[in-house]
Amino acid sequence: MKKMNFHIVKREPMVWYKAVLVRAIAIIASLLVSAVVIMMLTSKNPIQIYSSMISGAFGSSLRIWSLFQNVAILLCIALALTPAFKMKFWNCGGEGQVLVSGLATTAVMMFLGDALPYPVLIIVMLAASVLAGIIWAVIPAIFKAKWNTNETLFTLMMNYVAIQLVAFFLKYFVKSGSGILTPMPEHGLPVLFGQSYLLNIIIVAVFTVLVYVYLKKTKHGYEISVVGESENTAKYIGINVPKVVIRTLVVSGALCGIAGLLLVGGTNHTISTTTVDGRGFTAIMVSWLAKFNPIYMVMTSFLIVFLQKGAGQVSTDFRLPSAISDIVTGIILFFIIGCEFFLQYKILSTKNRKEND
Amino acid sequence: MSANAAIELKNISKYFGGNAANKNVNLTINRGEILSILGENGSGKTTLMNMIAGIYFPDEGQIFIDGKEAVIHSPKDAFRYKIGMIHQHFKLVDVFSATENIILGLSEKGRFDLKEAAQRVKEISDRYGFEIDPMKKIHEMSVSEKQTVEIIKVLYRGADILILDEPTAVLTPQETRKLFSVLRKMREDGKSIVIITHKLHEVLSLSDKVAVLRKGEYIGTVKTSETDEGQLTEMMVGKKVSLNIDRSEPKNCEERLVVRNLNCVDREGVKILNNVSFTAHSGEILGIAGIAGSGQRELLEAIAGLQKVNEGEILYNNPKTGACDNLRDKTPMQIRDLGVRLSFVPEDRLGMGLVGNMDIIDNMMLRSYKKGKSLFLERKGPRDLAEKIIKDLEVVTPDAKTPVRRLSGGNIQKILVGREIAASPTVLMAAYPVRGLDIGASYTIYNLLNKQKEKGVAVVFVGEDLDVLIELCDRIIVIGSGSITGEVDARTATKEEIGLLMTKSADSKGGQAK
Repeated sequence: MKKMNFHIVKREPMVWYKAVLVRAIAIIASLLVSAVVIMMLTSKNPIQIYSSMISGAFGSSLRIWSLFQNVAILLCIALALTPAFKMKFWNCGGEGQVLVSGLATTAVMMFLGDALPYPVLIIVMLAASVLAGIIWAVIPAIFKAKWNTNETLFTLMMNYVAIQLVAFFLKYFVKSGSGILTPMPEHGLPVLFGQSYLLNIIIVAVFTVLVYVYLKKTKHGYEISVVGESENTAKYIGINVPKVVIRTLVVSGALCGIAGLLLVGGTNHTISTTTVDGRGFTAIMVSWLAKFNPIYMVMTSFLIVFLQKGAGQVSTDFRLPSAISDIVTGIILFFIIGCEFFLQYKILSTKNRKEND
Repeated sequence: MSANAAIELKNISKYFGGNAANKNVNLTINRGEILSILGENGSGKTTLMNMIAGIYFPDEGQIFIDGKEAVIHSPKDAFRYKIGMIHQHFKLVDVFSATENIILGLSEKGRFDLKEAAQRVKEISDRYGFEIDPMKKIHEMSVSEKQTVEIIKVLYRGADILILDEPTAVLTPQETRKLFSVLRKMREDGKSIVIITHKLHEVLSLSDKVAVLRKGEYIGTVKTSETDEGQLTEMMVGKKVSLNIDRSEPKNCEERLVVRNLNCVDREGVKILNNVSFTAHSGEILGIAGIAGSGQRELLEAIAGLQKVNEGEILYNNPKTGACDNLRDKTPMQIRDLGVRLSFVPEDRLGMGLVGNMDIIDNMMLRSYKKGKSLFLERKGPRDLAEKIIKDLEVVTPDAKTPVRRLSGGNIQKILVGREIAASPTVLMAAYPVRGLDIGASYTIYNLLNKQKEKGVAVVFVGEDLDVLIELCDRIIVIGSGSITGEVDARTATKEEIGLLMTKSADSKGGQAK
């Protein structure tokens, strides 16, 4: 009889050290494949390229601070999206929610910066930013809860509205006509121990723990899981599903508000239409790769930021087009995501099976 | 009756993942014979037949047809060998007529002639005693008519060997009897019939031989005339099982749940419950019989606060306070806040009663997580409950932290029923609680329901197996097309009587179903 040579079989859950080993092999394999690709495309020594990547990420204390700052912001946005994702509410509007919060922060800094005493200013910035994030997230949630609209499209469209709002703001209020708003560090968040990014990192670290606890240990978190897993079960045990959807998006939007505050008030001290720079979408990947676990998200956001920073350095060091670094990043991510398949399935040769049984 | 072999299976094995669905099965199907394939759920009956019908391809072993080795890669190949299978879920186009469905996918030579095809359909149905209108549209048909179309479809393609997968699951006793008489006529015509089933009395009344599978392995074939229920059960389960349900007399009956003139419509505005009234007493099991989809599910969901009620009332007499509350238009949360201890084992276990991806402890928590003012979850109580249910009901699971979707159907149901009973309900509603369960697990569930009844709980049991309803319940109400068509005393009722009530309202609507 005709037989296939192999087939794919679901495997029992792996012991943790094996899973770690598979992932390590995947990373090594990805580095080897990238090396071959780099040599073929550029005839550069891959070892040099990798060392340039590492120096791009860790080369100086400034770079290290910048690395962790970027990890913090990306992680913060991912933390914000995760409660919604756990509920299977596909919030693709992180970009817009963060941008609008940043806009609110900017506005407060610009118009109230000189009028209010500093501590009050910070509180008003926080309130404005969080409120803006909540409004941007809750509008699609209300439409979803009441009329079952598609949240993916809705949140995506809200992103464009946010971008245009910022463009309008800059056009209207930047008198010079350049469209570039001069940074206002004097109205920004306080600087701890002379390290301008330290406060951001501490705040995000605290929120990582808080979101973890919220999702795993609280009744709200449990309700989010039940609604996400099965809406019918949620109704059956008497959960008010629309209420949970709206409440969760309030949380999600508020966290986006924090991210916007940290980004504008704690980092850039100004705003442009590209302030968020796609991180609202990259955060989706961070959250998924970590299987919605906030603690793992620390690692996945670190990985992605490291790759971006390193790849950027490679382009400048070797005067390669930035596409090359994108290719390398792509190869590495491909392997890391692809190895998840081997954690869940195994490939058996059909011939061997008779002996196995 | 010639007893020459039509199909012979030799050492057939089929694996899904690491699990063997069939292992070294040897089986002979003779011409002019009705063979029953008997086995519990998951014993590999359907998989085995799907390999003959070309749906699956065996990993090991050989199939011989009329003594020659056959390779069946697709249902088309199967038809070349004159094998046709009638699946449990019908594959018909709703807006087409019977004839159009029957000839769909055939590429015959010559011009397409619907009239001639209809004529041939008529000939086939006359020959075996089917009752069918060749031009009737599928969406106007009853389930049994649809099944008839499926059977004629394979006969039209010239099948000599017919495989029917659980053909009686959706039929009333009357329709079942009609089907059996048709099958007997086919046997006299020299055709081979294979029916897949897990119902013992059908096996005994219809088939010539019985082949028994257990956990994918072939146990043996016996002649129906030389066997009985006890032996077959033992072959099927692997050990002796007592098939008795101890039914006690109802005690301390009080009106616990009174449903009056309940009316509901579905999303399209079609009436699904029509003036339903009944009373469930404490200390008795009230059975609800009816063809699947006659409104049983909506009725239970309406009581549980999950289905919008358009008219009528649902009254609950609270045994503690003596108060009489109307549960209509209340959410499940509000019903619980009234102090109504209503437990509900829904039909859809993993889609409604439990969350498949959560572990047993978290599933226990579904009912109790809200307790207390704290923001945080309390997992100690649910963990203890999970351990207790695992121990008391002998749930087979690695531990309480295993996601319930990894457990077998019977164990999943034990967890669901266990949780619902743990709330010490005064009303316990269970929809098809033994569907898909093996015999041992089914009897565990019956005993649990009986124990609740003895404790004074008003048990409402929606079932499909009339034999079980008659043995287990005290009273049975019959629902047909959303109306209550009758009530019988389970101790004196017969299956035929209930079967007639099941189709009654459909008949009174201008005889559309027949």
